[in-house]
Amino acid sequence: MKQQTQKRLLGIAAVAVVAIVWQIIADYVVGRSFILPSVTDVASAFINLLGSGTLLTDLAVSLEHFGIGIIAAFILGVPLGILMGWFRVADHLLDPIIETLRPIPPLAWIPFAIIWFGLTTQAAGFVIFAGAFFPILTATYAAFRDVPKVFVEAGKVLGCDTSFELIRYVALPAAVPAIASGVRIAMGVGWMCLVAAEMFGVSTYGLGYQLWHNYYLHQMPNVVVYMLILGFTGLIIDRIFRNYVDKQLLRWRAGEVA
Amino acid sequence: MSGVSVANVGKAFPKEDGTFTQALEGVNLEIGDTEFICLVGPSGCGKTTLLRIIAGLETATTGSVTIEGRAVTGPDPKRGMVFQEYSLFPWRRVIDNVAFGLEMKGVGKEERRRTADRYIELVGLSQFRDAYPYELSGGMRQRVAIARALANDPDVLLMDEPFGALDAQTRNHMQKELLSLWKQTKKTIVFVTHSVDEAVYLATRIVVLTPRPGSIREVIEIPWPHPRDRTSPEFAEVRRRVLRMIDESENIQ
Ligand SMILES: Nc1ncnc2c1ncn2[C@@H]1O[C@H](COP(=O)(O)OP(=O)(O)O)[C@@H](O)[C@H]1O
Ligand SMILES: [Mg+2]
Repeated sequence: MKQQTQKRLLGIAAVAVVAIVWQIIADYVVGRSFILPSVTDVASAFINLLGSGTLLTDLAVSLEHFGIGIIAAFILGVPLGILMGWFRVADHLLDPIIETLRPIPPLAWIPFAIIWFGLTTQAAGFVIFAGAFFPILTATYAAFRDVPKVFVEAGKVLGCDTSFELIRYVALPAAVPAIASGVRIAMGVGWMCLVAAEMFGVSTYGLGYQLWHNYYLHQMPNVVVYMLILGFTGLIIDRIFRNYVDKQLLRWRAGEVA
Repeated sequence: MSGVSVANVGKAFPKEDGTFTQALEGVNLEIGDTEFICLVGPSGCGKTTLLRIIAGLETATTGSVTIEGRAVTGPDPKRGMVFQEYSLFPWRRVIDNVAFGLEMKGVGKEERRRTADRYIELVGLSQFRDAYPYELSGGMRQRVAIARALANDPDVLLMDEPFGALDAQTRNHMQKELLSLWKQTKKTIVFVTHSVDEAVYLATRIVVLTPRPGSIREVIEIPWPHPRDRTSPEFAEVRRRVLRMIDESENIQ
């Protein structure tokens, strides 16, 4: 308990020191807000943006893009990973296709995202999907490959007599921790793709779009505000997911998680 | 009621280089109802393989296993198995591990939990019914594994060195408990062990296998009632006899 408080105090102190040093450098060394906005510049920019009301809209739009991409990646990636991890034939059939598509950087899909979907939320969602899909697929695949043989045999001896039952009651629960780590990685990649997708003009709202837009307007304090919000939101999403996984899905692993 | 008949069973595992490892050859064994059979033999002689063939987890290359006149073609809940390594599902609580087989049979939640509770009580773990496997000691985990196999009410209980990883004291304790379970449930038990002492303590018949390719070297009846006295001269005598058989065959190899 005491250690917790100490840790927190030290953390706050470190942030405060960095802020003060930043402020001093910005004001007295650099002296130009365009090159390095000071803490107070950023703070007042933040208050202005809050007042103008676009901040929350942008956050909501970005979360929508992100949600579409991640959910699509999950819905397609997990079943495909299961199929390839469990059935040899599916593996041999799909592996060459997957291995051809996987090395393509997700952002390389932006032109076709725009051509196929236009400047819509789906287009941005698609780019995020392109980034998040493969980490989820490969994590699921590897997890199914690694299900301990003794669990599968125990399942068989105890009466699982179809592949469906073995997957549903043995392999999938055994694979949950690895799939959850895969989803976490996918969310990190997806969040990066989000910024790029929005910056490249897939949409005209969103945190990433605004970041780039404010750069064009030379509103550098605003740029810093969007940078910080992007970082912070990414962090919070990761924390919420991790908490959910630890508390809801992995109680049986008691703490030693992902 | 649940005799197991092993007829001329052989097993060859294909190797990478195209040749075969002959694990078992010409194994013949008749196991009667409610017998407690211990399989012993030098390591690598095919004890596990034979047990897995009876379980239906492995198919014999030659010969066949029949139970009640019906050939074994695959795993079946009628043949319970307790594995050497920990095989409890770590994501299920004790109660749901024990109820697993009943769940697969489609027994309703209330009823299967009631049955599972009975078996958990039988192995003396009632206060751990809601624990996850990671919270249990090695001995407790194997007790749960036994309860899980018994909850399916199998004809035969197959056990592969189930106490091999336990310390000596826990092991002796588990042997006593297993004997009491055997008396209460009247199951046929086939029990693999590398401990001759354990075999002499538990078995109604000890089956000694030869080195690979394993076949039956000798079957020793042990007619004494349980509980047995490990320190008695006749116990020591049988133990010595079996040990000598295994030793000899290992030296020949
Ligand atoms: N799945 C397998 N593939 C290839 N060889 C195997 C396999 N299982 C067992 N063997 C071989 O068969 C022999 C008997 O193994 P096993 O039945 O595990 O012996 P034991 O349980 O008596 O120690 C060993 O030589 C082992 O290497
Ligand atoms: Mg073995």
